[in-house]
Amino acid sequence: MNAATQAQPAAALAPAATRGAGLRYALHAEWTKLRTVPGPAWLLLGAVALTIAGSAAAVGATHCPQDLTCPADTTKLSLVGVQFGQAVVAILAVLTITNEYGSGMIRTSLAAMPNRLAVLAAKAILLAALVLVAGAVAVFGSVLAGHLILPGHGFTAARGFHPVWLSYGPTLRAACGSVLYLGLIALMSLGVAVIVRDSAVSIGVVLALLYLFPIVLAFVGNAHWQHRLERWTPTIAGLTIQTTTGLRNLVISPWGGLGVLGIWAAAAMILGALALRLRDV
Amino acid sequence: MTTQAISVPRPEAGLGDVSRSRFGAVLRAEWTKFRSVRGWVIGMILAALLTIFIGVFAAANASIGCAFNGGPQKTGKACVPYVPHGPGGEVVTDSFSFVRQPLTGNGSITARVTALTGEHANLSAGPAQVGNGNTVPGLTAWAKAGIIIKQSTHQGSAYAAMMVTGSHGVRMQDNYTGDIAGMPGSVSAARPRWLRLTRSGDTITGYESADGTHWTQVGAVQLAGLPSTVQVGMFATSPNYIVTQNSFGGDSSNSGPAQATGVFDHVGLTGATPGTWAGTTIGGGGPAGGPGTFGGRGSAPYSRNGGTFTVTGSGDIAPVTTGPGAGLPTVTIEQSLAGAFLGLIAMVTVAAMFFGTEYRRGLIRTTLAATPRRGAVLAAKAVVIGAAAFVTGLVAAVVSIAVGVPKEENQGQVLLTVPVLTEVRVIVGTAAVLALAAVFAVALGAILRRSAAAITIAVVIVIVPFLLSAARIVPAGVGAWLLRLTPAAGLAIEQSIPRYPQVTTVTAPVQGYYPLSPYAGLAVLCLWVVAALALALVMLRRRDA
Repeated sequence: MNAATQAQPAAALAPAATRGAGLRYALHAEWTKLRTVPGPAWLLLGAVALTIAGSAAAVGATHCPQDLTCPADTTKLSLVGVQFGQAVVAILAVLTITNEYGSGMIRTSLAAMPNRLAVLAAKAILLAALVLVAGAVAVFGSVLAGHLILPGHGFTAARGFHPVWLSYGPTLRAACGSVLYLGLIALMSLGVAVIVRDSAVSIGVVLALLYLFPIVLAFVGNAHWQHRLERWTPTIAGLTIQTTTGLRNLVISPWGGLGVLGIWAAAAMILGALALRLRDV
Repeated sequence: MTTQAISVPRPEAGLGDVSRSRFGAVLRAEWTKFRSVRGWVIGMILAALLTIFIGVFAAANASIGCAFNGGPQKTGKACVPYVPHGPGGEVVTDSFSFVRQPLTGNGSITARVTALTGEHANLSAGPAQVGNGNTVPGLTAWAKAGIIIKQSTHQGSAYAAMMVTGSHGVRMQDNYTGDIAGMPGSVSAARPRWLRLTRSGDTITGYESADGTHWTQVGAVQLAGLPSTVQVGMFATSPNYIVTQNSFGGDSSNSGPAQATGVFDHVGLTGATPGTWAGTTIGGGGPAGGPGTFGGRGSAPYSRNGGTFTVTGSGDIAPVTTGPGAGLPTVTIEQSLAGAFLGLIAMVTVAAMFFGTEYRRGLIRTTLAATPRRGAVLAAKAVVIGAAAFVTGLVAAVVSIAVGVPKEENQGQVLLTVPVLTEVRVIVGTAAVLALAAVFAVALGAILRRSAAAITIAVVIVIVPFLLSAARIVPAGVGAWLLRLTPAAGLAIEQSIPRYPQVTTVTAPVQGYYPLSPYAGLAVLCLWVVAALALALVMLRRRDA
């Protein structure tokens, strides 16, 4: 971790700093850590590429022949890549903190910055900002792919399909919501990672949170449990933000669903903050 | 790395012995590493427990309710309709109109079919019942009429039949799953089809002819334990009319009742028969007519005009599969194995750490100094983690099936039973998929030297393709390709109900049908694992630890 040397100036300044300045120094230190190792940049790039590639592949492979009605939510289809991109975002979020535990750097960080919550807050703010920027690029690329490809595959305005573009209200909501979704996934993953501290176990737990519930839903036919799963699990509820058709049949509204993911992210971050505050490193 | 070669003097002398015992030592070293890290052992045990827990949970809540039977809401087995089981143990449909007489000992039946017509629900005009006017003429692809030799009039009893079908030409079918193609083309008065079945002991032989003079054998089947007196005669039946939108979604389908009418003449019997015909509907499979329910007691199942018999029936003589073709809620044994996905995440995590941790702690330098043959280290790790995952997966799968399947059955669903060998394949196959995924993660851990990335790639590449296709997130066509090309293809080993060509249903991933056969799917997963291991070997050899 080359970043160790970079963090030193902040450490020297920390004791003299006031409480308000603490977060500023923490942000500066964390930003230095993030930009001086190649990993985060590559992961962000990977998240963008995987999201756009997944979406483009899905819309590219979908055709609606002339003589059939296609019950497709074209906006949701164009944003399928988020299902892949979120995994890379999760790695980035987990490594943001577990790399420090793995290398022992965390001791230096906390010695230099005794206000542990400021360290976590700085990490969360920077991570969320980076993921939101990358997510915006990824989601825009996905929408662009749907916008360019789908009309040529039979999903035309003449057949009742709204063009997948940001000028259409529900698509704009789905796109903005997907960016926020990625940000919340990052925060939830960070919270889990702070609690678990080991990169491999954290990523296992996060991947289970992301992908297990949708699979269980595919197997469960009991209407009560379907309802519960669709309403209260992080990814199923969170991804309702991408739905633009059949809104009446949703068991939770799009923003409500994103709110559920927000609750999961907040719970993970609060538990993580408590763990960081109460534990000895 | 050439210096290490010094420690192997005279590689020529007893090379096989030396390298084998050396590999044994590497294997023991890796096993010691694995079992002495408490977290990994706990991880494996956790994987088994979570597999069982989620699997039993999914099985116990797989119900779609009990409303399909009408009447008051029932629970448990009370709302499961009676379903017959065929001689092979599978759940079958056995409903048709039967014009029959008993045959004692050996003999044969011959008949000429001059027409096969039918009508089915007019699906574009709302809810329909055959017989209430809202129907259109037309045949379903597997509408059938022909001659049959059947053990008894009990549903599910053994049989062999020669038949003409809606759009699959002449077929010889036996015991619900057997299907042999005869001559193609549809039947008409201008192009009649002559059919013949002969019984000789337990062997039934089917013949076809276009003119009644030149006969061709279609097939010969053994019906084990056929009693001396059997029922012979003519039958007609037609499965439900199903419209599917295969091009998108694949799971959107619509079905309605249908019936088929066959016209027979030149009916000839040899052997000991009474010579008088009786009409019977098997399994409520007579012609439609009563209001409200299809297949109710309407008009007689057949009419006779001199030597010409007209037989009308509905239902099917075929195995029951999943999907809308079944007409009743079905559940498969592999639905109890839903938890294997969580087990897979846990095992992949442990497996990736098995290699990744050595890099992080620097232990890899010690390992490779002690065992300069890097391939042996990789192989030993793969064997240890593969065996651990296989055993854990096997225990978890056995318990999931043993506990989960009775829970599935107890919710008003028809459990699609399978032969014991199929059940063994599903269980052992699940363990094999988990073991292969774990070995895949070990290889990725060696390639990437980072546990987190290795875990993510292994999980995403195995689970997400299944998720996207099974949870209908991408269109059925895209989903099918994902399940052919990605490591998720290996999950095909869990498909217990085969894709019967003689049954029309929706064979999409969401219905539990994989595009590849079980072993072809597992082979695809194996190819991925072999490729990952090969890449890992190259990287390990080329890189300086």
